[in-house]
Amino acid sequence: MKEYKTISKVAGPLIFVEKTHDVSFGELVEIDLGSEKKNGQVLDTSEDVVVVQVFEGTSGIEKASTVKFTGKTIRLGVSKDLLGRVFSGLGKPIDKGPEIIPKEKKDVNGAAINPFSRDSPKDFIQTGISTIDGMNTLVKGQKLPIFSGSGLPHNEIALQIARQSKAKGGNFAVVFGAMGITSEEAQQFIRDFEETGALERTAIFLNLADDPAIERLITPRMVLTTAEYLAFEEKMDVLVILTDMTNYCEALREIGAAREEVPGRRGYPGYMYTDLASIYERAGLIKNKQGSVTQVPILTMPGDDITNPVPDLTGYITEGQIVLGRDLNRKGIMPPIDVLPCLSRLMNAGIGPKQTREDHKAVSNQLYAAYAEGRDLRGLVTIVGEEAMSDRDKRFLKFADNFEQKFIAQGNHENRSIDDTLNLGWDLLSLLPRTELTRIDEELIEKYYTEKPVEENVQEQKPEEKEKETVTEKE
Amino acid sequence: MEVAKIYRISGPVVVAQGLKARMYDLVKVGEEELMGEVIQISGDKVTIQVYEETTGLKPGEKVSNTGKPLSIFLGPGMLGQIYDGIQRPLPVLVKQMGNFILRGADVPGLDVKKKWKFNATVKKGDKVSGGDVIGTVKETENIVHKIMIPPTITGKVSHKIKKIKSGSFTVKETIGELDNGEKLYLGHYWPVRRPRPSKEKLFPEIPLITGQRLQDTFFPIAKGGTGSIPGPFGSGKTVTQQQLAKWSDAEIVVYIGCGERGNEMTEVLTEFPELQDVKTGRPLMERTVLIANTSNMPVAAREASIYTGMTIAEYFRDQGYDVSLMADSTSRWAEAMREISSRLEEMPGEEGYPAYLAARLAEFYERAGRVSCLGSDKKRIGSVTAIGAVSPPGGDFSEPVTQNTLKITKVFWALDAKLAHRRHFPAINWLNSYSLYNEPLKQWYVDNVSKDSIYLRTKAMNILQKEDELQEIVQLVGSDSLPEKERLTLEIARIIREAFLQQNAFHEIDSFCSLKKQSGLLKAIISFGDLAENAVDKGVSVEAVTNIESKNELVKARLIEEKNFNKKISEISEKIEKEVNGLIGG
Repeated sequence: MKEYKTISKVAGPLIFVEKTHDVSFGELVEIDLGSEKKNGQVLDTSEDVVVVQVFEGTSGIEKASTVKFTGKTIRLGVSKDLLGRVFSGLGKPIDKGPEIIPKEKKDVNGAAINPFSRDSPKDFIQTGISTIDGMNTLVKGQKLPIFSGSGLPHNEIALQIARQSKAKGGNFAVVFGAMGITSEEAQQFIRDFEETGALERTAIFLNLADDPAIERLITPRMVLTTAEYLAFEEKMDVLVILTDMTNYCEALREIGAAREEVPGRRGYPGYMYTDLASIYERAGLIKNKQGSVTQVPILTMPGDDITNPVPDLTGYITEGQIVLGRDLNRKGIMPPIDVLPCLSRLMNAGIGPKQTREDHKAVSNQLYAAYAEGRDLRGLVTIVGEEAMSDRDKRFLKFADNFEQKFIAQGNHENRSIDDTLNLGWDLLSLLPRTELTRIDEELIEKYYTEKPVEENVQEQKPEEKEKETVTEKE
Repeated sequence: MEVAKIYRISGPVVVAQGLKARMYDLVKVGEEELMGEVIQISGDKVTIQVYEETTGLKPGEKVSNTGKPLSIFLGPGMLGQIYDGIQRPLPVLVKQMGNFILRGADVPGLDVKKKWKFNATVKKGDKVSGGDVIGTVKETENIVHKIMIPPTITGKVSHKIKKIKSGSFTVKETIGELDNGEKLYLGHYWPVRRPRPSKEKLFPEIPLITGQRLQDTFFPIAKGGTGSIPGPFGSGKTVTQQQLAKWSDAEIVVYIGCGERGNEMTEVLTEFPELQDVKTGRPLMERTVLIANTSNMPVAAREASIYTGMTIAEYFRDQGYDVSLMADSTSRWAEAMREISSRLEEMPGEEGYPAYLAARLAEFYERAGRVSCLGSDKKRIGSVTAIGAVSPPGGDFSEPVTQNTLKITKVFWALDAKLAHRRHFPAINWLNSYSLYNEPLKQWYVDNVSKDSIYLRTKAMNILQKEDELQEIVQLVGSDSLPEKERLTLEIARIIREAFLQQNAFHEIDSFCSLKKQSGLLKAIISFGDLAENAVDKGVSVEAVTNIESKNELVKARLIEEKNFNKKISEISEKIEKEVNGLIGG
């Protein structure tokens, strides 16, 4: 092992080491401060100078510190015993349990799955949440992120998905990675996993807000290495939840700035797309292998801006997105999933007569179209008043309200089966006249649709709307 | 001679010391001989972009030069194949290194063991020059692979064939010889960054028929033309690209998945062999070459993948085929350039992209075109139609890749997130999109589809345009306060949108729509509009006109099978006429 005491510069999370000999790109580095040891990774190597990023932060490092190049890449010891345990962001047990006796050690950077080896995702995962199952179906092997904002209940949704998700086969595991979350949130996660008994099928990796930011760059890779092992060697269906990817990207930006790289949009490095892809693409199925890795990464959009590079680049890599809406949250609708900008690209593969039900796709399309129309009309109502609306428009407005109150809103602990979700969808569609169901084939309408009488629909109003009217009258 | 060695490694970029090299030479880096390409020379240091993962490489490891530029192996055996960005067949990589992509594999692009039945079409003593067809290999049921004299064999004097024979050969066995001693093979190498030559470029005057109503009727692309599909994520770029790959009437399709999702490539791989070519009834895969360099595969190979794809497309064009090339997505390609450029510490242009971005994009699209192929025979005409998806960050069309693409390409299919959100697919905005081929293709449409096709298109477009203007007013005052006639325009526009513009890519029948059906459908809608207008003029209310029973049949007419369509649509039209005119009397 090569040891040097030739640190020439320390800048932010990086150290520069001179006069080294044959240090390989990407290798693991140990820095000995005398009192403590830190780990790092080689980012740039040449005969003159080697750049090392230090995971635990550079505080305490001096020019006289010893730098050891191990010649190995970063590895994680994996075995089935990882389930039921809690680890630090660098993979050390922090739940006072014993050390893991690894079955094998794996390079955390992984390798790309050969596109030819991939099997196409087609198995439905039931999350028990109507807006996801019914309209943005999650499929085994998919990566479907949740785009949230500060103060929105994405953690609750993540927990609900982790708790309720099930798929055919039943050998289900969850690997949970947290980057830069508060210790309070961490406790909430662990407690919830313990209380619901989900912990035994879960492995948790925690990098807290006060842990060094650079450590966050490794945490998701630890998580995915674990997931890939469980999926492809232990034949399990693994659901990976990563929160919060925005913190990860900020750590990436920090490194980029410390290396004085030319920044891309909003200061994030130009290679962020490639870097994120090396995380998100580690999901999928492999031909002739039983397990699967499904990812639900969570990110908070700074300023609720979906065009921010973090959600934007994520959206280009992942297979769809679930978007939370602040308006819905204010109305007290839980989970506040704003379906219009949501999408699941693999939905078509996971639904239909063999997986869910024959009417699934048509119902979903029709709900989308009708809700979009209703939402548009709301803008109009505020300008011209409800009296000026045609009967048809009123029915769409009514539909949109009911859709939010009954379909989207379901609370934290209600677990709906896909049949319940679709029946509820038909129930809501029956508020509309039959001729408006242009996205559904005749046969299906025949089978499932029963129109509700017009009067009952239009005249019945929600109490709060009546209140509004009385206010206007007083004026 | 001193041995060249690695001096520095930074991600995909490696600097070598003491290497004698020319720009774009292919080099082998390190003990594992990873493939790389020279991209900068400065003093005794040479910068190399490496096509494989560089983790674990050390300064001091050896570097050697092959002395050749990055080339691909062209010949029979490419159809139905799936390659990575530097033409390594992925199925072979699976055999060599398992389900994950490791490194250090040097695999030829064509199967060198497979024997092909070669049928010589020239004989001893015939005069030939570069590009001439010397024989054929039946590669798939419908594609006859023409074996040509490589375009590199040129010169003022044409050569004579000294030896040639039919029979079974592998791509590396000699099939003949020229009088200058040059040996002839079924396959030959070509450097990817050099456009393959042709005799002359021809004017694009034949449309590439895509079976997609919005594209064919409103914004057609010509064979040999260039098009771009920019759109934010989730707006359906990939589905649109795949629809074009599936249904367009090109004979060969080259599909480049450049920096995109792994699962998407799998979808193509599982779907294409099952889908049938409309014209021939054979599996689509038999006319397709796939290039997959997913987002987590090495970034330098992503940069090369576009050129690899284009070179394969040009090779089939040279045989006289109409080729369509889909690049999904050129933004990822531009980002790969940006990443490499920033590692080189080049002075960046706009948004960190290298200053040569515009030039590279232009070079790429300029390789498309309808050409008269190289060779002494006169009639061989082939084309490459290039269609690039663009993924603008945040859906902002003012960013450099979109802007530079728009400057070059002639067709612009603008995807719109708003339409996608309301599940209007294809989510191509009909007001923002354009095609500069409308004029040159006009005559073709009149001759081959119907005399009134241009009239119908203009009329429909006017209605949609009018709708957009009216929408602004409706936003303010509501549709009820509009005059009857304008409300009717809104209704007709809605029918055009729902019954014509929308096309369900996943519906068995709706996925493909022939030009005749397109024209018939549009005609029925427009004549309904005319009848309704007449009725409204005579005092019938808009509600009454648009609530007639047969209107629903019209809205769902796009789902009628091709073979019954003519009969059914005229029945519907008759019914409509009867119903609408009936209203006038009452």
